Amino acid sequence: MSLDMMTGDVVQALRDRFGAGVVGAQPTGEAFPVLWLAPEIWVAAHRMLRDEIAQPFPLLADLWVIDETTRQGLEGQPASTLTLCSHLTSLARNADLRLKLATAGSAPSLVPVYANADWYEREAFDMFGMDFGRETRRILMPPTWDGHPLRKTHYARATERPPFVMTDAFFAAEERATPTDPAELGLPAIRDGEELMVLNFGPHHPSTHGVFRILLGLDGEEVVWAWPDIGYHHRGVEKMAERQTWHGFIPYTDRVDYLGGVMSELPYLMAVESLCGITVPPRAQMIRVMLCEFYRIMNHLLFYGTMAQDVGQMSPVFYMFTDREKGYDLIQTVTGARMHPAFFRIGGVAMDLPTGWETLVRDFLDWMPARLDDYERMVLNSRLFKARTVGVGAYDTATALNWGTTGPGLRATGCDWDLRKRRPYSGYEQFDFDVPTGTRGDCFDRTRVRADEMRESLKIIGQCLAHMPAGPVKADHPLTTPPPRKAMQRDIETLITHFLQMSWGTNVPRGEATGQVESHRGLSQYSLVSDGGAQSYRTRIRTPSFAHLQMLPTILPGMTVADLVAHVASLDFVMSDVDR
Amino acid sequence: MTLLAWLLLATASIVLLALLMVAAGVFTWVERRVLGFLQERLGPNRVGPFGFLQWVADTVKLITKEDAAPAGADRAAYILAPAFAAIPMLTGFGVVAFGEGWAVADLDMGVVFVMGMLALTVYALVLGAWASRNRYAMLGGLRAAAQMLAYESFLGLSLMGVVLMAGSFRMSDIVAAQDGLWFILLQPLGAALFFTAGIAAAHRLPFDLQESENDIVAGFMTEYSGMSFALFFLGEYIAVMLVAALGTTLFLGGWYGPLLPGPIWFGLKVGLICLAFIWIRAALPRPRYDQLIGFAWKVALPLALLNLLVTGWIVVGRAG
Repeated sequence: MSLDMMTGDVVQALRDRFGAGVVGAQPTGEAFPVLWLAPEIWVAAHRMLRDEIAQPFPLLADLWVIDETTRQGLEGQPASTLTLCSHLTSLARNADLRLKLATAGSAPSLVPVYANADWYEREAFDMFGMDFGRETRRILMPPTWDGHPLRKTHYARATERPPFVMTDAFFAAEERATPTDPAELGLPAIRDGEELMVLNFGPHHPSTHGVFRILLGLDGEEVVWAWPDIGYHHRGVEKMAERQTWHGFIPYTDRVDYLGGVMSELPYLMAVESLCGITVPPRAQMIRVMLCEFYRIMNHLLFYGTMAQDVGQMSPVFYMFTDREKGYDLIQTVTGARMHPAFFRIGGVAMDLPTGWETLVRDFLDWMPARLDDYERMVLNSRLFKARTVGVGAYDTATALNWGTTGPGLRATGCDWDLRKRRPYSGYEQFDFDVPTGTRGDCFDRTRVRADEMRESLKIIGQCLAHMPAGPVKADHPLTTPPPRKAMQRDIETLITHFLQMSWGTNVPRGEATGQVESHRGLSQYSLVSDGGAQSYRTRIRTPSFAHLQMLPTILPGMTVADLVAHVASLDFVMSDVDR
Repeated sequence: MTLLAWLLLATASIVLLALLMVAAGVFTWVERRVLGFLQERLGPNRVGPFGFLQWVADTVKLITKEDAAPAGADRAAYILAPAFAAIPMLTGFGVVAFGEGWAVADLDMGVVFVMGMLALTVYALVLGAWASRNRYAMLGGLRAAAQMLAYESFLGLSLMGVVLMAGSFRMSDIVAAQDGLWFILLQPLGAALFFTAGIAAAHRLPFDLQESENDIVAGFMTEYSGMSFALFFLGEYIAVMLVAALGTTLFLGGWYGPLLPGPIWFGLKVGLICLAFIWIRAALPRPRYDQLIGFAWKVALPLALLNLLVTGWIVVGRAG
């Protein structure tokens, strides 16, 4: 396998250096090696991979925990209660590496090696009670929460508990527990003898783009420190995944990033299909690509408009909603829904394209370019817009990777990392498109990159229109859910599968699989663990937005409040995507 | 002055006040419809023909809404602030000459009086911000104060050229001096600076940093609701009209125009400037607070001084 070749020398180097510290390699169907490490070398191995080898792994893409207590089929794995997994990416090698650590509930912290391990470890504590020997403040759940929700012993349904009643005492306790005092957070109240004004920015602020709170220490208009507080939008999607059928979880993925529509369905289904061994037929693949690109445009239009609005330009967002309306009309005709279509299925898509879809797509392709030209004149070429964004919130590629930034935020720094090009999935290798990049990595470049990406997406959609292959839109495979209706009506085997799938759920073979896509925000990754049941054993959702917010405390100081708003807008996050 | 003259003056004042209130109401409707038109949407079109009565409905809504002061607010100042926003603006119109002899009080220091009234609003903003005990409001209030210093400096200077040429501060004299040739042609730089500062004086986008909703929610009026919010709003719209009236008087030849009677021409010109204000609001992003202040002190003020200097030379040269 080509990707193994990319990492073979690394695995060998790890074994040479740490010997028995590398406990073993786990055979999986993944496109990257999965290694079990001993706790003593956990940090040293990461440091070596990040700093001490040629073509290193600068990106900690994800860090998460699997509660192994009730899992079936663990033969061959080291004994573990909570398994800590880290997922590293090397851009130079275009390869990944997954490291695992068997623990009984405590693990060494990776923060000294990878800065962005901070929030991931806080999440692992919050969700699993994993002890890293460091700050134990909850990150997603309310500070008053009892227990660690992603543990298998924690209830998954409200009906497993007595009815919830909001009492005054409960409300007061919640309010008290919300940190607002800088002293409590170890933040200074005074700078150079000047008392700082503490500003509670959000969670209900017009410019935080969702329920997101940043506690700010201000000296006049200047931000001295910033403390982001997330979790207001947490719905426990990863927990829900463990109680839904594999098929039934698809609509939830739409709502992980509620502006992404089908975009999050794709990594999830890529992982499920890889577990099932399903090859998706070409027509279905191209329909998926076309819809994903439509949603990329829909998202970027909203970003573009709100970005302009957040620096005070009122009108563009309205024009862009006209375009979005056109796009959604088309999406609606194809999928039957607008924002959350739940259109992809295990093994294909829900239905074929409607008659006459070509005309609609062609109309949209004719309509958009002139509009994008208008926006370029209106926004990007505006001197006031430039004055507000050029040089604001700039960071370089190394900083971006250190904080786990991917997508347009990374490409704006000049790094042309795009999974659609580097690791083509769902047939992206057939398309001719460019990857727009910036140079300064500031708010302006982030806007520019997204504006240019829309043109590339239009190119891809144009190629879908020109080359849409004929054929089925669902794979001919027993685990395709639901199976093709005609087949179900004709042969008994398919009828049985259909019946089982509808009444019980699809039983997905045991194993681990990962699906990665380049979403409109960056790396969106679903890491699934199946123990052969009708539900997922563990669904880990790595979202780009979560990673992108982590840089805020380091980049905001020195900005004015108005710059902060521009910077936050230029990150283009969605709180549902942060909190899940 | 005779009793009759007093009565006439009082009636004229009351009629003017009523007209201004209605005009401000209609202006809100016009603004929303025009913005809608500029932004590919409809705007309010349900109440009355073309939605024209929307402003009446809004007024009724605002009057009947609860006017709640936040806990910890300085109540007296909190109630006083909105009045400070509206009253000076209404007073400013007292010296405006709408036509030949059409002014409630044609003061010999008319221009200075209007400038003073425009400057007074900053008290309303700072007072409202302070009284609200809200940190966003505080930021807005501080911005308002710093911004006022910045634009007032060149607002006054930008129109001195006109005053020099007309040789009077009286509004009617200034208009009379433009019989035939409007000052906008003789004072293009002055006019450009005046309208730039005018946008700031009226707290309109792109210079509405004290209420910039994208970063500080609603700035100084974050905590205001009901009628006291409406008064701030009224103050803002009347300020726009006052700036437009001042601009018309100083640069667009006031009531002069063919065929139609003077006051109609005056109204048309004011309306046109107001539309330009709406257009600018729809088109431009907002500069950052320090950028605006920098522009005011480093670019606009020197330009205004230069304009004054050159005008002075010419006027003196001609006289000599």
